[in-house]
Amino acid sequence: MSSFTKAFSSTLGKKLIMSLTGLFLSLFLIIHLLGNLQLFKHDGGKAFNEYSYFMTHFAPIKIISYLLYLSIVLHAVYALVITIGNGKARKVKYAVYKGSANSSWSSRNMGILGTVLLVFIVSHMSNFWAEYHWGGLPYAKYEMSLTNPEDVKVTNIPYEGKPLVHSEYVDTQAGTQVVVAKDLYILVMELFKKEWYVALYVISMIAMGFHLYHGFQSGFQTLGWDHKKYKPIIDVLGLWVFGIIIPAVFAAMPLYVYFFK
Amino acid sequence: MSGNMNLTLNVWRQKNVADKGRFVTYKADDISPDMSFLEMLDVVNERLVKKGEDPIHFDHDCREGICGMCSLYINGRPHGPKRGITTCQLHMRSFHDGETITIEPWRAEAFPVIKDLATDRTAFDRIQEAGGFVSVNTGGIPDANEIPIPKVIADEAFNSATCIQCGACVAACKNASAALFVSAKISQLALLPQGQPERYRRVQAMVAQMDAEGFGSCTNTGACEIECPKGISLTNINRMRRDYFTAKFFKEEEIN
Ligand code: HEM
Ligand code: FES
Repeated sequence: MSSFTKAFSSTLGKKLIMSLTGLFLSLFLIIHLLGNLQLFKHDGGKAFNEYSYFMTHFAPIKIISYLLYLSIVLHAVYALVITIGNGKARKVKYAVYKGSANSSWSSRNMGILGTVLLVFIVSHMSNFWAEYHWGGLPYAKYEMSLTNPEDVKVTNIPYEGKPLVHSEYVDTQAGTQVVVAKDLYILVMELFKKEWYVALYVISMIAMGFHLYHGFQSGFQTLGWDHKKYKPIIDVLGLWVFGIIIPAVFAAMPLYVYFFK
Repeated sequence: MSGNMNLTLNVWRQKNVADKGRFVTYKADDISPDMSFLEMLDVVNERLVKKGEDPIHFDHDCREGICGMCSLYINGRPHGPKRGITTCQLHMRSFHDGETITIEPWRAEAFPVIKDLATDRTAFDRIQEAGGFVSVNTGGIPDANEIPIPKVIADEAFNSATCIQCGACVAACKNASAALFVSAKISQLALLPQGQPERYRRVQAMVAQMDAEGFGSCTNTGACEIECPKGISLTNINRMRRDYFTAKFFKEEEIN
């Protein structure tokens, strides 16, 4: 074994991979959240569909998305490898075990929380990502008045066996800016109307909150980073931003659509 | 005597490594609250010996919290319910009359049970032998304070050096990881000038030995720091990772 592979197969090195992939995924959550906020706009999904097109066609973002897929796979595989290894390190379990006296619930249940996340990610990708790429999604045509951007006319174009070409142009005669885009928005609206999907979404976001409450700050320690003064800032970010605010805003989207749209 | 306690003990009994082992229940009557936990076991053992039964085996030596020999996983926690003390420093007044106390050995594949509650912790010695030392030249005695060491650094190294190698960190950890012990032993030397020549060789050798002994992988639950009778802090573990990754990825001349 080269020293490099030796380093990554040590207990410290395996955790390094968990940490790098986990923190990369955490960073991506912020971007994903900001994009999804377009769902709250009252524009018939124009901004959201434009954002979806941008995310799937802009080369640098495509590269990042491949890194993300790789991270999810590596994170899950190493989670499994580490969890199995740790199980082998203590084959005979304690008859009485008071973990709550010395550690957080999150920190003791990262594997279960992660498994919920994995189920969610797979369903999420097959519902939206795979549909967007290969499903027969309808299109939407937006005609926005150049003089009054609030005035948007939406025409739904059903899928007829062949995808249309994404286009954006200015119609000077009509005085409108026209966008013809794949209508992911309508799919989101449909799914967010289903009880089971809303429930899965909200439960997963709660799991994500607990996973990141421990995971975010843990990731920094795994890198070997610690600081008397600055580590507490990471702890606060992990609790409030990654543990509460981000999962809450994500969960608010299906709840908002389900109850108010 | 009035004020004394009657207790029920649920004790792990195991003849040897190969034996499967089982819990056996004992009555511990008329126990003074001023006894230490080990003295309580002594009393129970004397009664067992009088009855011609095999006494309960457990490790101990100094009985004043400095040698690290005593262990015992008591009611779900290493060294019992109190923080910052070893089992030999735990008093029976920490329990109440009529209580059932479950006593188990440290559980880890790297710490096999020798008999009953006594475990083989020589894995720690092998990790120490792999690199937990400094090389010194023979010759004249160097002047005291010849090498300047900032007070904060000396204090931090001293804190790491208070580890008594009892293994409570491994026992407490849900992953049976030895990271706190190993990192304390690495830190006490890595922080001081005398530890520099072997610093990066040491961290790689000791981590490799830790993994070879079959300890688990640290997931930063923090249980070890809470249960450590000497208050060794998690920052030692992060320092060990820092040194390990520095050695492996940034110091080509130091890789071993
Ligand atoms: C949105 C997706 C996810 C994010 C943002 C995320 C983030 C993180 C972070 C930052 C860590 C800390 C790394 C460290 O301690 O070094 C972590 C640890 C972990 N994650 Fe994830 N994770 C995600 C999905 C998953 C999935 C799908 C699984 C399981 C299949 C999983 C299982 C674990 C496990 C077992 C740990 C290590 C436990 C520990 O450190 O205590 N995670 N995750
Ligand atoms: S017997 Fe020495 S520390 Fe408890």
